[in-house]
This record gives sequence, structure tokens and C-alpha cells, in this order.
Amino acid sequence: MTSVLNVKDLHTSFVMPDLTIAALQGVSLSVDKGEILGLVGESGSGKTLTGFSINRLLSAPGRVVQGEVLLHGQDVLSLGEEDMRHLRGRRIAMIFQDPMMTLNPVLRIETQMRDALRAHEKMSKAMARTRAIAALDEVGIPAPESRLRSYPHELSGGMRQRVAIAIALLHQPDVIIADEPTTALDVTIQGQILSLVQNLCRDRGTALIWITHDLAVVAGIADRLAVMYAGRVVEIGPVDDLLDAPAHPYTRGLIDSVPARGQRGQRLKQIPGRMPALTELPVGCSFAPRCEHAKAACAALPDMTALDAERSVRCFYPLAEGSA
Amino acid sequence: MAEFIIKRVLQAMVVLLIMTVLVFFGVNVIGNPVYIFASSECDQACLTKTIAELGLDRPLWEQYFVFLSNLLQGDLGNSFTHGIPALSLIFERLPATLELAICALAMALGFGLPLGIWAGLHPDTIISRCIMAFSMIAFSLPVFWIGLIMILTFSVQLGWMPAVGRGDTVDVFGTELSALTLDGLHHLVMPAFTLSLIMMAIVIRLTRAGMREVIFADYIKFARANGIRERRILTTHVMKNLLIPIVTVLGMEFGGVIAFAVVVESIFSWPGVGKMLIDAIGVLDRPLIVAYLIFVVFMFVVLNLLVDILYSLLDPRVRLGGNQT
Ligand SMILES: Nc1ncnc2c1ncn2[C@@H]1O[C@H](COP(=O)(O)OP(=O)(O)OP(=O)(O)O)[C@@H](O)[C@H]1O
Ligand SMILES: [Mg+2]
Repeated sequence: MTSVLNVKDLHTSFVMPDLTIAALQGVSLSVDKGEILGLVGESGSGKTLTGFSINRLLSAPGRVVQGEVLLHGQDVLSLGEEDMRHLRGRRIAMIFQDPMMTLNPVLRIETQMRDALRAHEKMSKAMARTRAIAALDEVGIPAPESRLRSYPHELSGGMRQRVAIAIALLHQPDVIIADEPTTALDVTIQGQILSLVQNLCRDRGTALIWITHDLAVVAGIADRLAVMYAGRVVEIGPVDDLLDAPAHPYTRGLIDSVPARGQRGQRLKQIPGRMPALTELPVGCSFAPRCEHAKAACAALPDMTALDAERSVRCFYPLAEGSA
Repeated sequence: MAEFIIKRVLQAMVVLLIMTVLVFFGVNVIGNPVYIFASSECDQACLTKTIAELGLDRPLWEQYFVFLSNLLQGDLGNSFTHGIPALSLIFERLPATLELAICALAMALGFGLPLGIWAGLHPDTIISRCIMAFSMIAFSLPVFWIGLIMILTFSVQLGWMPAVGRGDTVDVFGTELSALTLDGLHHLVMPAFTLSLIMMAIVIRLTRAGMREVIFADYIKFARANGIRERRILTTHVMKNLLIPIVTVLGMEFGGVIAFAVVVESIFSWPGVGKMLIDAIGVLDRPLIVAYLIFVVFMFVVLNLLVDILYSLLDPRVRLGGNQT
């Protein structure tokens, strides 16, 4: 079965006259229909950049310099600008982190939804209104007719994120890229939004890439997990396998630094050191300087290697099950 | 809203009252208009008679209260030189000034917005630098100098443009307008452009700065991520956010444009209120000067109120009279 979205060895750089910063240096991942892929990694590892590289919304001087993005096997990166526009929101949708900022403060909800609808379909105002009401209803917004007249500042953060989700779902996209959509919300609302998106995607068979740095969130929602470090995917596989038996030392470190129940009072393990700046990445494995298992071979860059049918890892010495 | 407007109107009345005091006493300090009226043969008796006729023999505070009570009845006194109510003189000349100011405003927006948008979209290009340099120069060069250079260049040297006057006018509901005849337009272009330069510079700067801010906003990225056409994003999603500061600042600025049309009107002999004021100062026509100043203050107060209302209409986050969410 071919996956809905397949990203192969994606490289994205910021190309400036005097220097080039290679921010993504090999991102490979895929999502199937109805599947939820968690994308984790610490701040600055390139998660957001991956999202914007996929739907080609990098702002200058960012540029995809190598790799492939295949949507149902079709290369997205070679599309013309108008075809690409027609893909955005219709087949690849996005949800952003901060619902305070994603809706236009001076346009009514109705205008914003109508514009999103008309971007891809010719339709009357009345028709757009009907569709918008149905969409708001689906994401659990009470009294959708009257909400249409509201401006974003009249809604709570949770409601705004629901509106953003409703907009993302308007055209029944194949893939949704959700970039930390719950980080800015308080915990109870987080849970609601989480299960809302999960259910909506499951029901429609929409593939979902859920970007976060919260492993607890991912454990609850994702089917598969991709771990990013310094612009590369270092490990990918089914979420339970990865969390139970991480193969990459970085994944192990991430898991160990999450406080677990029943360990109160124990010191949390920290990954020693910090992620290097993009301009001073080591030549070989970029995690090697922080890795307690690093050996001489790690001075070279490991490839993504398959461990089994579903898992691959970018490490010369993947951790065996049970070791730590 | 109603509460807000009532509050503002009360504030405005206080401002106006203070201004009448300042203006009235200020103007009375300069010169003695009697000598302008009296002929050289006029003896002491004749002078005393003229002074009494003009009401200048009474104490200043008494003169002020007469002035104030007349003002409350909408009477700002008769012009010394023209002998007719000062207010009707102002209203007679106002259309010419308004026409000039509105054309200047239209030019400022018509050129300023596109230039600012372009500069905001392509900030690092040479053209963008030129636009910004132009706005810098337009803002800092003195208006009278620009006006004179324009006359020297386009009227004297090239002979393309008329240097003075309004040209042919058309009567529209009792108001003479230049903009509706070719000859009138021809006369209007240079003074209006000169008057528009400062506003244009402001529009360019605000638009560019606003563009730089708005196009990187998450909601614009989100609009793009939804596939909304670039044109629609620019004309609605960006523009509506952009217009808020521009309308506010221009609204404030517009009063200044009418008030300072004085300079441009003098240079181009444009028969508006500004030209009238200069003439009135020349002959110490006190009632006319006072009436003009009171009128300008009144106009500023009204404009500010209108700007506040307009601002609240443009920006849904603003609710007049507090109760912000
Ligand atoms: N305009 C730019 N010029 C140069 N480098 C940039 C630019 N924008 C982003 N970067 C770099 O790209 C890297 C990846 O950034 P990205 O926003 O994708 O990280 P992230 O994983 O989403 O982090 P976070 O969890 O904080 O959101 C960062 O190291 C950042 O410094
Ligand atoms: Mg991010």
C-alpha cells in the first residue's frame, strides 16, 4: 500500500548571499490513510520547517534544496505555483500552534471560512454559509450560525482552535499537518482538542502529522512516531515499539527526561549537553557529542537503516531491546 | 457609543472655550486695527468715534464676553475690511480649500499606498530604497520651497503648468469646483501635489511598516496554507489590517492639511481660507482672524471625533467607551 504522503530525504536550507544554513538535512517520513504520525524533537530540530517545506510555504530565504515530497505518489515539489495553491487547504491542510494568531483579527469568522471555501470551489454566499455552519457544528461549536458573525477576539482560545480545525477540514484534505495545536491551550482544553482531531481524522481517513515536543501527548494519540534531531529524522516506527524499546540513544534520552508516575523524588535523567547550532553541526552523527554510546565510527554520518519492516533508525549502534 | 460621543462632545466644548480665550486675547495683543481704518486726516475725535464704533473702547474682558455670547449664537462678528459676517466669508472660501485638501488626500493615498505596498513586499530592492528616500525627502523639505521649485520648473521654465489661481470652475449646488473642468484640473495639480507630499510620505512609511509586520503574521500564513489566492490575501486579509493605522493617522493629519494649506494657497494664489487668513493678518482684520482660528480648532475637534468612530468601525477589537475584551 502506498502512503498518502511520502517525504524522502528532504533538505531545506536558508540560502543567503554570505552563508547558507542547512536547516533540514535528511527528513524522511510517511503517513498512511487514517494514520496519525507524531513528529517529536526538541526546540529548533526542524519540525515546523518540515511542515512548511511540505506545503511549500517557506518564507525567503528558506528553500527546499533536495529531496521529494510525494502526495499519492505525485511529486509536490515540481508543481507550478497555481497547482500548488490549489493543493494547499484542499489536499494538504495545516493547523498552527497559537489560535490567537491564526485567525485574522479584523475579519469575521464567516469571511475567513468563505474565503477558504472559495479558494478551491466556486460557490454562492448562501452555499458557503451552509457549508461553514456544518463545519463549525462538526467541531463542536455551539450555535454556529451566530458564531459566524463573530470576530476572533470574541471567542476563547479553545473555540478559536476549533474554528481553525473546522477550516482545515473544509475540503476533506488527504493530510493535515498540525503544528503543536494544543501547546497554547490549557490542559483540559488540550484533551478536548486532542480527541476531537483524533476522532475527526479517524472517521474520514485523513492522515495526520501531529507535531509536538510533548511525548505524553504523542503516546496518547499517535500510531507511529518520528523523532527529529538537528534537522534529521533519527528514528521512525510504531509508537509503542519506539516508546517501549527505543533504538536511537536520542529517543531513549527523550523518554527518560519525561517525568513518569511512581518515580517521584527520583532525579530526572537529562540528556547531557545541548543541541548544537545549525552552523556548527559535527560532520558525522550530529548526536555523537552528547551520546554515551558514541564510538569512532560515529564520526561518519549513519544512514537510516531498517530494523524491521516498520522501523528504521539513523545509528550505527542501535540500542538492543532492554539495554539502556 | 452614545455615552462615548456625549463625553467627547463635552470635552470638545471645554477645549473650544479655552481656545476662544487664548485666541481672543492673543489676537488683541497685536497692533491696533483702528489705524488701518482711519484715514490720515482723521483727528482725535474721528479716531475716538471709530474706536467706539468697533467696540474697542470697552475693557477687554467685556469685549470677550460680548464676543462669547455672540459666538454662542453662531455670530463670529463682522470682518473689519469686508463688512460682512466673518463666518460667511470663511464658508465662501472653504470649498476651494477643501477641494485642494481632498485632492491632496486622494493623491497621497493613490500614490502612497501602492508605493508603500511595493516597498513592503520587496524591501531589499533598489526601487524600494528609492521609494523610501523619496518619502524621506518629501517629508523633510519645506513645503514652500517645493512649491516655488515646482512653479519655477513647470510654469516658468517649461511653461506646462499655470502658476496661479483656480482656472475655470463649475458651479455644483452653489459651490465652485475646479476639478470638473480640464482647465481647473490643470490649475489644481501642482498645488494639490505640493500639499499632498507630507501626507504621501506618511502613507508610504506606514504602509511599508505595516506590510512588513502583517505579511509575516500567522494569520496570513494560515490564509496561504488554506490556498486563498494571493490577490485576495493582499486586498482583504492584509489590507484591512494595514488600513487601521493609516486611517487613524491620516484623519489626524487631514485637519493639519487644511490648516496649513495657508502656505500652499499663498504660493499658488489659491483663493481658499488660507489665502484669506494671510490677507486678514496683513490688514489686522481681528474678527476674521479670530473666526478662522476658532473654525480651525472646531474642525480639529470634529475630525478627531470622526477618526475615533471610524477607527472603531475598522478595528472590531476596539469598542468605544471602554469595556474592552
Ligand atoms: N529565517 C531563518 N533563517 C535561518 N535559520 C532559520 C530561519 N528560520 C528557522 N531557522 C532555523 O531552523 C531550525 C528549525 O526551526 P523550526 O522552527 O523548524 O524548529 P522546531 O523544531 O519547530 O522548534 P520548536 O519546537 O521551537 O517549534 C532552527 O534551528 C532555526 O534556528
Ligand atoms: Mg515549531
